[in-house]
Amino acid sequence: MSSQDIPEENLPAAQETTLDKVTGADEKHPFADPGLPPHEHRIQDIDERAAKRSERTVALLFTVSMLATIGFIASFVAFPADKSIYVFPIGHISALNFSLGLTLGVALFAIGAGAVHWARTLMSDVEVADERHPIEASPEVKSKVLDDFRQGAKESALGRRKLIRNTMLGALTLVPLSGVVLLRDLGPLPETKLRHTAWRRGKLLVNMNTNQPMRPSDVAVGSLTFAKPEGLEEHDEEFQNEIAKAALMLVRLQPDDIKDKKELEWSHEGIVAYSKICTHVGCPISLYEQQTHHVLCPCHQSTFDLSDGARVIFGPAGHALPQLRIGVNADGYLEALGDFEEPVGPAFWERG
Amino acid sequence: MSTTTTNDSGARRAAPAGERLADWADGRLGIYSLAKSNMRKIFPDHWSFMLGEVCLYSFIIIILTGVYLTLFFHPSMNEVVYNGSYVPLQGQLMSEAFNSTLHISFDVRGGLLIRQIHHWAALIFLAGMFVHMMRVFFTGAFRKPREINWLFGFLLFVLGMFTGFTGYSLPDDLLSGTGVRFMEGAILSVPIVGTYISFFLFGGEFPGHDFVARFYSIHILLLPGIMLGLMVGHLILVFYHKHTQFAGPGKTNNNVVGMPLLPVYMAKAGGFFFLVFGVIAAVAAIATINPIWAIGPYRSDQVSTGAQPDWYMGFAEGLIRAMPGWEINIWGHTLVLGVFIPLVIFPLVLAAIAVYPFIESWVTGDKREHHILDRPRNAPTRTAFGVAWITAYMVMLVGGGNDLWATHFHLSINAVTWFVRIAFFAGPVVAFVATKRICLGLQRRDRDKVLHGRESGIIKRLPHGEFIEVHEPLSQEQLHTLTAHEQYVPVEIGPLVDEHGVERKLKGSEKLRAKLSSAYYGELNQISKPTADEYKEITSGHGHH
Repeated sequence: MSSQDIPEENLPAAQETTLDKVTGADEKHPFADPGLPPHEHRIQDIDERAAKRSERTVALLFTVSMLATIGFIASFVAFPADKSIYVFPIGHISALNFSLGLTLGVALFAIGAGAVHWARTLMSDVEVADERHPIEASPEVKSKVLDDFRQGAKESALGRRKLIRNTMLGALTLVPLSGVVLLRDLGPLPETKLRHTAWRRGKLLVNMNTNQPMRPSDVAVGSLTFAKPEGLEEHDEEFQNEIAKAALMLVRLQPDDIKDKKELEWSHEGIVAYSKICTHVGCPISLYEQQTHHVLCPCHQSTFDLSDGARVIFGPAGHALPQLRIGVNADGYLEALGDFEEPVGPAFWERG
Repeated sequence: MSTTTTNDSGARRAAPAGERLADWADGRLGIYSLAKSNMRKIFPDHWSFMLGEVCLYSFIIIILTGVYLTLFFHPSMNEVVYNGSYVPLQGQLMSEAFNSTLHISFDVRGGLLIRQIHHWAALIFLAGMFVHMMRVFFTGAFRKPREINWLFGFLLFVLGMFTGFTGYSLPDDLLSGTGVRFMEGAILSVPIVGTYISFFLFGGEFPGHDFVARFYSIHILLLPGIMLGLMVGHLILVFYHKHTQFAGPGKTNNNVVGMPLLPVYMAKAGGFFFLVFGVIAAVAAIATINPIWAIGPYRSDQVSTGAQPDWYMGFAEGLIRAMPGWEINIWGHTLVLGVFIPLVIFPLVLAAIAVYPFIESWVTGDKREHHILDRPRNAPTRTAFGVAWITAYMVMLVGGGNDLWATHFHLSINAVTWFVRIAFFAGPVVAFVATKRICLGLQRRDRDKVLHGRESGIIKRLPHGEFIEVHEPLSQEQLHTLTAHEQYVPVEIGPLVDEHGVERKLKGSEKLRAKLSSAYYGELNQISKPTADEYKEITSGHGHH
């Protein structure tokens, strides 16, 4: 760039004279507001051919929308609901969903694009200023309203006749109570329901997958087995509620590896049974690391050590998983030797 | 109004049909008076003003698609055996809610599309509200007279979160059911009343047979009803206050500069509705969301890995994941702090942003109306607070997906969790300091530009060999725009002793206010903008440094 390209007024020598900006408008605004800049014409404002082009573009977009709507109806009729097509790079997807969505999307988008293009190129783009008025009422209006209010309050005699006021307030306070009382039957009281599960002394441990009672030999070292109490079936009315508390996980450890004395006592041949419900907020625990005997809740990553009384070793859970005492009945099947001794699942105020 | 019937009928014959219809409506609704102030109402233009529109339009889309979905959805937890057309689940036990959602997805033509539009629009609605709220926050649009509208918007955001959560739970799939279980566990942690609330909400023990039906009426009637009311109120207030605008030539606190509602904003805003709807429809065609058929029906003893809530609940999820598992057992009761503290922090963090406008107006003591928006750099402390808030939010969003961060980036889950625990406290502090410094740097740059002009990049050699860089002076418009913002002076606390030498009694709140005020507007916390004298001094001949 040569020095000839520099506008003369930008050169230092020239600046001294050209910098006569309007300053000192007021204390807070050192530079006066020059006012709205003059309107600059768009090409459509001065060239009718350009305006025509814009018109055609808008009309084209609206026409595309109409065609897309016809395409939508055609897709609805043409594609069966279960037809799948391959679309790069998404993969195999439902032909109906894809075509309906795209045609609807185009039909809508083209209307929007047309309207916006119309507004931007053909409608007036002259900026206009509107006055703002203060939100606050003028003092006259305010005093008129306050006078009216005083007049109304006086005529009601509410201030003077205290008996009416007090009884009215009493009645209005009491009447919502009916609504509160009506909410009582939303549910039963908790009582001790959270303390008991479907486990009882002598209930067999039934394998979740095979639905068969288990023998100790069915529990392999290193595997995680899920069990439910016998008699609890999927189609039972209360299955979800019961399994939400009774879900059990079984792990076989080497008895020597069990560090907790009570845990060893409550186990059978190294098989330990713990509640599957996380003591944090109740997610079912499903990840087992056989080397370390840790189980991990996939929801919030609470980690419990199954070889040490299922105590919490990481994560947000507040206490160990409850253990179920198990043994073997006369026929050689694993059975519970009672219910859990403490509530399963998340802690609550009455848990203690 | 005409006084005679003959005149009336004569006018009627002459007027076009549209005008006669309008006359008819005006006689009953007074539409002319309404249109007088609103039809050519001026709206200023700025790209960030459309964020609120995204929210409005996605809300309308949600209502339209939601009504369609209610035609097919059965909000019932009765267990049925599936025999619809999705083969992998045939013969499975599931609730009627899940069954009917499968029906919508596979057997109702277009049902899947509407379901996906509904869900995508909900995510965009929440994201839109979040970004819109940030726009309003960082530009100071929440200042008087708009504080109440800020609260309306805040309530919409919070209610939107719960409406989203209840809707997400309706299909009764394994993932959403896990989310509901999480909610139940959180409710149980509430001291004294937790178990009662849980039993009343679920009609007994979790999951019971009622929550889908109850969430349904909350999701489709109660919350959207309140939200619709708030949104109408929000819009009425926008119209009533008139929109804010950025400073610029011709724009003052007493006017609003832009283009009229009819026709420009009718076309632009109306067109924008179709743009938003079109994009969401296309996204729903291409990107699957919440494929409940792949997740399976809810079972209270099953779960899948990588369980995640929708993004807007990620913050709450992060809090619950990061919190250490504190539990206190006293006098036969359990205080489940590990769950209850996150449950309390969640609304507190949200409330911090909600009450901010009132704190700022207390600090400034400014009772005037503000219609000119701040550039974020010109309110460094506010901007820094907002960025600190977002940082805390984002840290917890990371915490809500700590398992995904760990698996995708091959990190230890423990390390990610510990990072989140520390960053929740340290991150906002760092962000606050850094943001404030950046703002002050930008203020200095503006000041420099005003006083010395724009760097042109042109190096000129003078005849005697000296090289100088040519600075182009700014135009009057630019000079005005860059110096239009107002700068507060810190509140003076006054002398600590009165004229008799006796110590003045100062209220603690007064001292706090003075401290905050100097933190906002003290010497080091804003760069004083150039004055006319400085400008004259520099530009009058000896100013070329």
